[in-house]
Amino acid sequence: MLQQLGHLPMGWLLIALIAVFASVAFFVGRIGAERILLSGAPALHSRPNYHGYFVAMWAIIPAVLVALVYAIGAEPFARGQLTSELPPAFDLLSAPELQTYLDSVSLAARSSDYAGTDLVFTAVTNRYLEIIGGLNIGALALMGVGAVLGLLFARRRLAASFRARSLVERGMEGVLFLCAVVAIATTAGIVISLLYESIQFFSVIPIWEFLFGTRWNAQTEAEFGALPLFFGTFMIALIAMFVAAPIGLFSAIYLSEYAGPKARAWIKPILEILAGIPTVVYGFFALLVVAPAVRSLALWINETLINIGLASEPLLAAQPTSALAAGLVMGIMVIPFVSSLSDDVINAVPQTLRDGAYALGATKSETVRNVVVPAALPGIIAALLLAVSRAIGETMIVVMAAGKSARISMDPTSDLTTITVQIVSLMTGETGFDDPKTLSAFALGLVLFAVTLLFNVIALRVVQKYREKYD
Amino acid sequence: MTDPAASSFSTPEALKRLKRRRAADVRFRYYGLGAIFLALSALVLLVLSIGSQAVSAATYHVVRYDITLDPAVITPPGETTPEDIARNVDGFWELARDNLLETFPEANRDRASRIEVSEFITRLAVLPTARKVAARPEMVGNPITLTAPLNDDLDLYLKGQALPERRLRTGTITAVTAQEDGFALLEGQGAFTPILTALTTLQAEGVSMDEGSILITAGGATGRLHGIQAGTARLELLTGTLDAFRNSTAAARLIALPEAQRVVSDQQIAWTFALKEMGRISRVPRWTLLTNSDSTYPELAGGLAALVGSLFTMLVTALVAIPIGILAAVYLEEFAPKNRLTDFIEVNINNLAAVPSIVFGLLGAAVYINFLGMPRSAPLVGGLVLALMTFPVVIIASRAALKAVPPSVRSGALAIGASQMQTVFHHVVPLAAPGILTGAILGMARALGETAPLLLIGMVAFVGDVPTSPTDESTVMPVLIFTWANNAERAWEPMTSAMIVVLLAVLLLMNGLVVFLRRKYERRW
Amino acid sequence: MDSDHTPQAAGSVLAPAADAPPAAAPRIDCRDIKVFYGATQAIHGVSMSFPDRAVTALIGPSGCGKSTFLRCLNRMNDTIENCRVEGQILMDGQDINDHSIDPVLLRSRVGMVFQKPNPFPKSIYDNIAYGPRIHGIATSREDLDAIVEKSLRRAGLWEEVKDRLQAPGTSLSGGQQQRLCIARAIAVRPEVILMDEPCSALDPVATARIEELIDELRKRYCIVIVTHSMQQAARVSQRTAFFHLGNLVEMGETEQIFTNPREKRTEDYITGRFG
Repeated sequence: MLQQLGHLPMGWLLIALIAVFASVAFFVGRIGAERILLSGAPALHSRPNYHGYFVAMWAIIPAVLVALVYAIGAEPFARGQLTSELPPAFDLLSAPELQTYLDSVSLAARSSDYAGTDLVFTAVTNRYLEIIGGLNIGALALMGVGAVLGLLFARRRLAASFRARSLVERGMEGVLFLCAVVAIATTAGIVISLLYESIQFFSVIPIWEFLFGTRWNAQTEAEFGALPLFFGTFMIALIAMFVAAPIGLFSAIYLSEYAGPKARAWIKPILEILAGIPTVVYGFFALLVVAPAVRSLALWINETLINIGLASEPLLAAQPTSALAAGLVMGIMVIPFVSSLSDDVINAVPQTLRDGAYALGATKSETVRNVVVPAALPGIIAALLLAVSRAIGETMIVVMAAGKSARISMDPTSDLTTITVQIVSLMTGETGFDDPKTLSAFALGLVLFAVTLLFNVIALRVVQKYREKYD
Repeated sequence: MTDPAASSFSTPEALKRLKRRRAADVRFRYYGLGAIFLALSALVLLVLSIGSQAVSAATYHVVRYDITLDPAVITPPGETTPEDIARNVDGFWELARDNLLETFPEANRDRASRIEVSEFITRLAVLPTARKVAARPEMVGNPITLTAPLNDDLDLYLKGQALPERRLRTGTITAVTAQEDGFALLEGQGAFTPILTALTTLQAEGVSMDEGSILITAGGATGRLHGIQAGTARLELLTGTLDAFRNSTAAARLIALPEAQRVVSDQQIAWTFALKEMGRISRVPRWTLLTNSDSTYPELAGGLAALVGSLFTMLVTALVAIPIGILAAVYLEEFAPKNRLTDFIEVNINNLAAVPSIVFGLLGAAVYINFLGMPRSAPLVGGLVLALMTFPVVIIASRAALKAVPPSVRSGALAIGASQMQTVFHHVVPLAAPGILTGAILGMARALGETAPLLLIGMVAFVGDVPTSPTDESTVMPVLIFTWANNAERAWEPMTSAMIVVLLAVLLLMNGLVVFLRRKYERRW
Repeated sequence: MDSDHTPQAAGSVLAPAADAPPAAAPRIDCRDIKVFYGATQAIHGVSMSFPDRAVTALIGPSGCGKSTFLRCLNRMNDTIENCRVEGQILMDGQDINDHSIDPVLLRSRVGMVFQKPNPFPKSIYDNIAYGPRIHGIATSREDLDAIVEKSLRRAGLWEEVKDRLQAPGTSLSGGQQQRLCIARAIAVRPEVILMDEPCSALDPVATARIEELIDELRKRYCIVIVTHSMQQAARVSQRTAFFHLGNLVEMGETEQIFTNPREKRTEDYITGRFG
């Protein structure tokens, strides 16, 4: 019986039940209010609909709370209960192995035909379904009781002078507030999960070994010195900025100072297309076109240098995937971040400053170089910082085109690896969560988060200061 | 102070200096133009390189097999139900291969040749036919036409993308004499001079033909040439009859890459041309790109499962991110008191919008999968992760739209006795709706193209079946692109490009919608 | 209405005859100036001339075209898109709108001061030195220092800023900023200084300082000032031109315009009946 209940589609059921409770309660409230009117009350403070909303609100608040607790707590509880009931033989399993076992149990429980292969497994799955079934029926019952109690409580408060509308509106404001708080919850979730896993990691690997070690060999779980990753990330971001900074800045200057309104109306959206292309497409472009081109250029340089006697052996590594290829493509990707923000700040420079320079007999380029750009400099620096932060956090391009060897090399045609590449390769393997390998991905994530956050905060501060100055 | 000499418009020094300054002015302008040109040409290069590859994948070659559904093979004793027929891929495949063996008797000579000929058709390629027959079991015993995609390497070869080769025509071959060693002697006045000339040119270009092949084709027959002289050559017949060469000018192909290093052999090339000559190979639009699911064989692979997976993921993202984003924006813009908490929320939103997407992937892996025990690889989890990334974007766009509604609208509504909640939801939000909507669409477009966080929650797994609910194992379009791009076989390159074009088309559509909405509802107060 | 472009005879009480012969040959001579913004015409054929070493005030109600006209004199209208200027503006007998004249050189001879002080985001020193640097007026560092000091002295700002020349120009008060802008204009050795309502953003005390400065500068330069305030026009100028709806209504000695205008419209404006 309970086992059958374990198969209930709880997600839909919970949502449907809440909807049913809400509509029933709404009509109860509305009819109640209309009765008050019919019974001869002079006028209601709030329209009958608001009485309906009020009762509905009280009915669904307990129901939603129960549903939330169920959604968050049911699975962990069932697993904990199951683990405590497992026969002693299971003690031989390590924590990750147990985790994997439970994963397959809960996966099997979701499908209908798991029986047959392994008697123990089937028995465990059946027991798991029983526990879940019990939780399901408990949650549904609790929801029903809560909703009915809420409904009755609210129904009793209805009266002609009852300020249903104010209370409903206060409730809605609460909902709006909760939505806004999701932003804090998300940040908190990021910080807590990164910190929690990282602290576990640093209890195994000392933090200084992680930050300053020069050997990275996470796949074999041997060495966790992340310096080569920081170097690779920095190198590729630097190459990207060498592309994006001049092109983005000069484009912004041309668009805001030279281009006519017509050209501007065409070029600006086209440049912004670059920002809308998914990064995986850039990655494929890097792999398909840029990396082979970089490699043949590097081979040509090697050959030429040897031919003219400047080198006796190949100078450049000329690998099939390279930091240069990834950096170039990433540079193209961040051009619009530089150009569109710079364009904004250049446009915000007051016309009177330009007039002042022109009136002195400055040419257009002198005005731009000596007056407009210096005036917009804080904003431009902020744009560049945001672009760097974008480049550091970018994943797909480097995963596809930068390579995986953790080394410190100044040769841009050699393949380097980055923080993000390593996070992806560490997290896509089949390992449990307590593995130092997986944990190291979170430590890398923490570094990435901290660095990009720092860049963003500085950039936003600068922009804000700058806005104040010219507003 | 007013120096009369300096005050003229045209003192030589002033003019000289001016010339320099004007030149600098022009140079500066060109720097700007150059920057824009570089950015645009990068975009054009990207679009062209991917687009041209995609065009090649838009069509593919299929082969027709006229077979009879032999009951002994299709419905062996004990396996006669429609389900059995649908599962009997091997039987259908055997019939198709036997059909090729019949067409090319020379393929029966050894095991290697039989393997070569069986590579023409992938086992799974007969699955649609098997299902069709399973639906109408009365077809068993009757002749049918089975159409299946040609092997991906041969398909690429026919499109001219697999091998560099030089094509030319021989002169007229007047005499063909079979010899005892199995070779044939071809003769013709100067018939092979064009080949000799081409060989010399290739040699001059540094291309070695020492281990390469020279194939000639006439009618349905193809052979390999040896010992070429101006008037004679020895032919090793690969398929067809010698007669086909008599009194003909044959099409010659010079392939420099040694056979051992290629994915297609001379024999397979010969058979392909023979099939083409018979009219059994045709080039058709590759609709399977949108109607098939992923496969390990590029000629069978399609993006349907990923499309549906993307759809489910976006559905979850939209249902979570858009309402929360809009309501949060309404709160912050219309209700929030100015205090520390609100400031903190604002800072959080601005920072969340700039957090690298992969960090959200880590969050999803740690919280949704590890802590809450949600299923890996499911659109539900993917959608929730993307929702966390998207809702700051929705909030920022919605707040801008709400800000643009003039205060007079609010005071007007408040003045006739509406409550603040009524004012906001009856008057302000409807006026801001177009702006909110465009922001939401842009946020969804960004989420649709996102890859990295989904890799971390296991959406990179191979998925052969179309998901039917948000909790099924699934992948999404950008991840499929990533997976295909990592596959080694050459044929995946155009397939990946074609999938990218599909993705970009969807994104373009969404952005077009935004532009349309902006044009239609743009309002200035 | 444009019969008045020949200089009037001397004899104004407002113009001290001692250091500036008011009836000198005109520094700038404008003939039939028309300005269009796209299809709309902003100035309808104005002819007038500006004498050297004197202040000419352009007055009139808002939108009458006086600022637009002023901006013709150093071709600042070139920087505005779809703005077109017709007619001749002669300086040294050369038409400044001629193709052979580079506006960059023209502007080095015709300086301009704007409504709102607009110091560059640089130090006080660099603000002044910028013009001489780009035009190659100074040959050495000492030269440049001398020009900066001289210009600041002439603008009456030297005593206030000489100890903080490296402070940013924006750190000065509004009135000081405007004098800095005047010093900046003087530093390129112009012959003509155009002032577009230079005191409209300043308080009365700062305004008084600027007016004193203008009176001082009159001894060396041809000054054209657009002003909203008739009192200011009466105080600082020797000649006054009244604009209305893009037309030059009347021009003459300041005293005559204010005491005995020939045109009814001028009188109405001066007595405050419209404007």
